[in-house]
Amino acid sequence: MSATIRINYREALRQGLREALLRDERVFLMGEDVGRYGGSYAVSKGLLEEFGEERIRDAPLSESAFVGAGIGAALNGMRPIVEVMTVNFSLLALDQIMNNAATLRHMSGGQLNVPVVIRMTTGAGRQLAAQHSHSLEGWYAHIPGLRIVTPATLEDARGMLFTALQDPDPVLIFEHASLLNVEGEIAAEPRAVDIDYAAVRREGTDLTLITYGGSLMKAMDAAVKLAEHGVSAEVIDLRTLRPLDDATIVASVVKTHRALIVDEGWRSGGLSAEIMARIVEQAFYELDAPPGRVCGAEVPVPYAKHLEDAAIPQVDGIVAAARDLVK
Amino acid sequence: MPSLGADMEDGTFTEWHGAPGQQVARGQVICVVETQKGAIDVEIWQAGTLAKLIAAPGQKIPVGQLMALVATEGEDWKAIAAAAAEPPPRGAPRPERPTSESVPGRAAPAVAPGEAPVAVPATPSRVKISPAARRRAEQLGVDVTTVKPSGMHAAISIADVELAARVAKPPVQPTAAKPPDRQAAMRDAIAAAMSRSKREIPHYYLASGINAERAISWLEKRNEAVPIGERALFAALELKAVALALRETPELNGFYQAGSFRPGAGMHLGVAISLRGGGLVAPALHDVDRMSLADLMVQLKELLRRARSGQLRSSEMSDPTITVTNLGDLGVETVFGVIYPPQVALVGLGRLQMKPWVIDGAIAPGRVLQATLSADHRVSDGMRGARFLVELDRLLQQPEILA
Repeated sequence: MSATIRINYREALRQGLREALLRDERVFLMGEDVGRYGGSYAVSKGLLEEFGEERIRDAPLSESAFVGAGIGAALNGMRPIVEVMTVNFSLLALDQIMNNAATLRHMSGGQLNVPVVIRMTTGAGRQLAAQHSHSLEGWYAHIPGLRIVTPATLEDARGMLFTALQDPDPVLIFEHASLLNVEGEIAAEPRAVDIDYAAVRREGTDLTLITYGGSLMKAMDAAVKLAEHGVSAEVIDLRTLRPLDDATIVASVVKTHRALIVDEGWRSGGLSAEIMARIVEQAFYELDAPPGRVCGAEVPVPYAKHLEDAAIPQVDGIVAAARDLVK
Repeated sequence: MPSLGADMEDGTFTEWHGAPGQQVARGQVICVVETQKGAIDVEIWQAGTLAKLIAAPGQKIPVGQLMALVATEGEDWKAIAAAAAEPPPRGAPRPERPTSESVPGRAAPAVAPGEAPVAVPATPSRVKISPAARRRAEQLGVDVTTVKPSGMHAAISIADVELAARVAKPPVQPTAAKPPDRQAAMRDAIAAAMSRSKREIPHYYLASGINAERAISWLEKRNEAVPIGERALFAALELKAVALALRETPELNGFYQAGSFRPGAGMHLGVAISLRGGGLVAPALHDVDRMSLADLMVQLKELLRRARSGQLRSSEMSDPTITVTNLGDLGVETVFGVIYPPQVALVGLGRLQMKPWVIDGAIAPGRVLQATLSADHRVSDGMRGARFLVELDRLLQQPEILA
């Protein structure tokens, strides 16, 4: 067996950044506080010292401006990594992301492509209240022309960035804030990871838990608890929200006949609804129970700890919903 | 799929007697359908050209569902077949049902913003079963209406179906798949129809002895005068008499449906025929009152032959307006029958029994027929029922009318 290292999610992200900066000189990192401050979540700490101001660029407080600059750089042959502090702030750059990055290949008849990677923090769980805590990746997954990836494991946190940089079109990476301090063992040597397929993180026979990002750990913990109750849960980590890997989802539902989707995003019109629709469209005759959902409460994410916990999916809620489904 | 009896819900299609492009005449047998009462030849009531055959062998088809398309005179059967092959055209847009928000002056009902989905009340007539369980039931041959749900929302799950299959099957499978047990199916059909009859129909019963000497003598003389092949049975004479007597009391001839009586379109006598190996059918002889005795005998023989060889026709199964049951051959003196719904009367005929009979103050031996009437009291009363039996007696005393 090859050597492993103990590492946390934040450090895995940093290794991914370093790796990309080392391997391709067209790559540079740009965003608010990524340089001198070391990143608002300390992901890029030390990189300014190692790579210099040319490649680790602090940007002014204008998401529209620096995301737009990143798109321009990508159009001109660079491989920019643009960091947006949180998904809520990315809305200020939504015009650049949707009207420019996602559309230029189409509007130029294939003459222009935008190989930009935009990273941002998403999700609740750190008491950052209703302007820093939402899960809007499902919104972005609505937009043709973008690829949406959500690393939920240490291996993906380290490896997805470089794969994303190889994509000739814009890729948005959503890093869940609650994962930053999660620790584990991974191979010491970085490995290439794909950004095309969902992964079965745990095999089971009674129902399929479908989730991604910050909810994956909760679903895995729920699966352990469900096993204590005699329920064998399969856990799918979507990894890429657009394009969705229908085949992996359907293959699992064909096996288990029951599906529970766990999504920190809001229920109405959300990604969970899309996944449910695809299951019903493609595996209706395989279903032994209506597909279920555990979603974020339809409120702005609260600041108070107990309210914030109550507003997003938790292990006990997933276990209860899963047991309901197999009753 | 025609209804071949009031208790029929579906039929299994067996084969077509014809192909697209073939001309068909009214009354022609165009296909065969397997029912609980055996294989039935289905006739068509629309002359024309077969355009498209939709039903496929082995397919179980609910009553009322489309089986074939027929081009009538002047229509191009190929065009009809081609049009049917295309996806159905989208109908004109239906007017939108106004939502509560769009109705002026009415506030939308208060709903918690976007939370739990609204519970949909189950339709009682539909079996609540998951799609996967329904498919599993088909694979295992489990009747989903007999499965008890234990799953979520009281819906039948795969596990429920598999449990039902295990319970239904003996632990050791004796032989490979047996052909469907038609006898059991027929028993079930009779059980359902007769239970419904006794549950719903307030029967009243009348019985009357009829001196049949004169009719029998007349028939014997008639039979002597004709070739053997044209001789008629007394049973045929009885049927003719029943049909003519019904002209006096039309309220015994027809159907009770949806709370009211609908007279029959003719005197279509359902003749109860017991089948070899058990079971019973009562196919119709049509317009018996207008048939000569000779024709009636031919038709009766033909009907018995086809009933016993399983070749009855759809029209015979679907429209008897009254049933006649004759157990005289078996030595039974009197029959009190159970009405076959939705019919409203049944005539029972017993055996001819030599009895002393008083004629003009003197006792004379004579063969006596016990005729009974079971009738639906919702439609007729005893007075009218009695009138029928009196008329039957009168006709049998003037057998020449029955020729």
